[in-house]
Amino acid sequence: MLELTDEGLYCAAGRFHVDPWAAVPRAVVTHAHGDHVAWGCGAYLASTDGAALLRLRLGGATEVQAVPYGESLGLDGVRLSLHPAGHILGSAQVRIEHGGEVWVVSGDYKTDPDPTCRPFESVRCHTFVSESTFGLPIYRWPAQAEVFDEINAWWRGNADAGRASLLYAYSLGKAQRLLAGLDPSIGPILTHGAVERINAVYRAEGVALPATTYAGDASTRSSRDRAIVIAPPSAAGSLWTRRFGSASDGFASGWMRVRGARRRRSLDRGFTLSDHADWPGLLDAIAATGAERVWVTHGFTSVVVRWLREHGVEARAVSTRFEGERDEPETPGEGAPA
Amino acid sequence: MKAFAALYTALDETTATNEKVAALVRYFRAARPADAAWAVNFLIGRRPKRLVKAAALRQWAAEEAGIPEWLFEESYHAVGDLAETIALLLPDGTAAPDGDGSSLRYWVEERLLPLRGLDDAEQRAALVSAWRELGGRERYVWNKLITGAFRVGASARLVVRALSEVSGIPHEIVAHRLMGAWEPTPGLYERLTGADTGDADASRPYPFFLAHPLEGPLESLGDAADWQAEWKWDGIRAQLVRRAGGLWVWSRGEDLLAGRFPEVETSGAFLPDGTVIDGELLPWVAGAPLPFAQMQRRIGRKALGKKILAEVPVTLMAYDLLEDRGEDVRPLPLDERRGRLERLVAALPAGAAVELSPIVESAGWPELGEARAAARAGGAEGLMLKRRASPYGVGRRRGDWWKWKVDPLSVDAVLIYAQPGSGRRAGLFTDYTFGVWDGDRLVPFAKAYSGLTDEEIHRVDAFVRRNTLDRFGPVRVVRPELVFELAFEGIQRSTRHKSGIAVRFPRMARWRTDKRAEDADTIETVRSLL
Repeated sequence: MLELTDEGLYCAAGRFHVDPWAAVPRAVVTHAHGDHVAWGCGAYLASTDGAALLRLRLGGATEVQAVPYGESLGLDGVRLSLHPAGHILGSAQVRIEHGGEVWVVSGDYKTDPDPTCRPFESVRCHTFVSESTFGLPIYRWPAQAEVFDEINAWWRGNADAGRASLLYAYSLGKAQRLLAGLDPSIGPILTHGAVERINAVYRAEGVALPATTYAGDASTRSSRDRAIVIAPPSAAGSLWTRRFGSASDGFASGWMRVRGARRRRSLDRGFTLSDHADWPGLLDAIAATGAERVWVTHGFTSVVVRWLREHGVEARAVSTRFEGERDEPETPGEGAPA
Repeated sequence: MKAFAALYTALDETTATNEKVAALVRYFRAARPADAAWAVNFLIGRRPKRLVKAAALRQWAAEEAGIPEWLFEESYHAVGDLAETIALLLPDGTAAPDGDGSSLRYWVEERLLPLRGLDDAEQRAALVSAWRELGGRERYVWNKLITGAFRVGASARLVVRALSEVSGIPHEIVAHRLMGAWEPTPGLYERLTGADTGDADASRPYPFFLAHPLEGPLESLGDAADWQAEWKWDGIRAQLVRRAGGLWVWSRGEDLLAGRFPEVETSGAFLPDGTVIDGELLPWVAGAPLPFAQMQRRIGRKALGKKILAEVPVTLMAYDLLEDRGEDVRPLPLDERRGRLERLVAALPAGAAVELSPIVESAGWPELGEARAAARAGGAEGLMLKRRASPYGVGRRRGDWWKWKVDPLSVDAVLIYAQPGSGRRAGLFTDYTFGVWDGDRLVPFAKAYSGLTDEEIHRVDAFVRRNTLDRFGPVRVVRPELVFELAFEGIQRSTRHKSGIAVRFPRMARWRTDKRAEDADTIETVRSLL
């Protein structure tokens, strides 16, 4: 039903691509992260929850066809519907049905709860296309409440010592999930321009976030010393951070589960918080689809493929250009203040 | 164990020296001497001898985690640290209750050390039960102790500072008390921090004084006449301690080199009691050093036969005198110490394996520059510059001792293999193998790990991921495109290397983004450096 072409995953029967990386006539987009969106496609289709974020990514003028989760539509004889992937606001799994056969492309997903988006929905299928960003058993996420307690305790400790807390997180998705878990009674919450721009979309879509101030507007020193600042990883070490003086810095990412990943960034703190499924999450999600065939994309692909094969699932590695949760700074353009 | 694991975390979570010292002070103030002694032991880098075979540890951990061995290995390559891999893979343990049953002393003396001497089945049972009893952080630290790879973000210097702050004893004295052979007993901790300072242990060496690389122009050092120049030798820095009728040779890593250099020990026995000499152990024949590889050959031997002793005789090149007739002479000016050292060495019998490091005479800086340029021909790495009026210090301090190495040799080579690093470079491709051209083929020539900035490492890492041609376990064969200038200190023929050449201290001097693979050097060019 799907094939891998130079432009990405292609459904010939429905004449559309899912998350292509080149301009194609018709693109179904799972979510608005840069590695899943190509510019210049003839038509875009996304979930209703995610359409506004996709428009922001593509530039306001682009037409995006919005489809509510669960609503089935016909594309050239193929039935297509979108289902929550739990990754970020509007993230969707794409269910494709044709001639009695069902495929699901997961995009990026997580199975942990997240107040800023709809929870992952398990969809039965014959073939499941799964990511594998954290496809190693060392990646097991601690309870989310514990992680937020840690973050809030760190913030409170810094605030009491009179220094700002600089917390790096991807501006789309992770930043908003963090905001939703912060304890606003500790101090003011400041944001980098790239984060604030996306906050606006989340709020417009009805996601409850605590009050935030664009860091460029926070003028007094006193407001900064008790503040937590949410900024994209690309801001780390930049001139922009100097305004916060000798702040304590931290990074919220699944990669922070491993000590070396934090150490080499020379950060004070690493918080294990990911918008991707951990190892048990991946295996459970894959098993719950009941799929007899699994295509494994970006991440620890070969590990997940081998594990599945050893457990009687027909699995193959599919080489895409998706990046999952990057361990490196985002592209500079993405982090630039609006 | 909880307090110690918390200390480990605190040291790990900050890069600020003052905060590290503060965390150490907090720990030592609260710790019982029995725990503190073990903490000092581990913090300054002493490790328990490996108690459990690494292969067994991997197997048992994989079984306890319920995963196959290949998956354990994949995990290990992503983490780059065995202790951490195990801690991350095991199901969560239940933290032990507080009390003596959770003290560092208990976990080391009653759980860790007894592992030695158990058979495999008993070891396995003991380990699994420890894993189940310990909470996440404690388990990680415990694994670190077991694997013998305990390294923490605090240097011995910081530990000394903290102990000095806790006890009010000057830090030089604490540093000296930490040298030499001791056992981590409660008595030790009391001796370290105790007020009585007249407690010299006969074997104990002094902390080494280390040189900084020369940074500014020579002229910034002032008048050349104020400086003593010596060759910078490439051997094993050592102290010879002659006291109370005994003789001890210590390496800078504070290993007692007993029996490793019998010729030096025989000669050293002619020195008067109460003598401590700082020098360099060198493979030395007919007034010149042999390549360091010869020394490595000798170090590698368990038993020193007549043949190797004859082929690679070792001499202690004496640099300095630290103790003279029982008196600590480190505060005296170098000139005065050198005079005494000369008299002592002169009194040794002819042919003794203790020689005086020759002074490189010169009429001024320019002439000294010429001497440095000729250093490599004489088997030295460059020059040492020591201020004549200076005392013998502790540790690496700027100002009185400078090392002024000859410019390294260099070659442009192509990145051909990459492997993930460990520790803070875990999961990143940071360990590289470089090739040079042999006809139309790249032959592996040297491995290098250092010299790139973090930003460059990330760029190379991304390149490796996108340009992998083949894999052998953790090693990636990459598209031969990136060219680096490799610098190294020495070069010689080798039968153990594919290229027939071995280099000493290779590192990346520069990423030659201006060069393409075909512009890299050939094996012939490299051979011409021999």
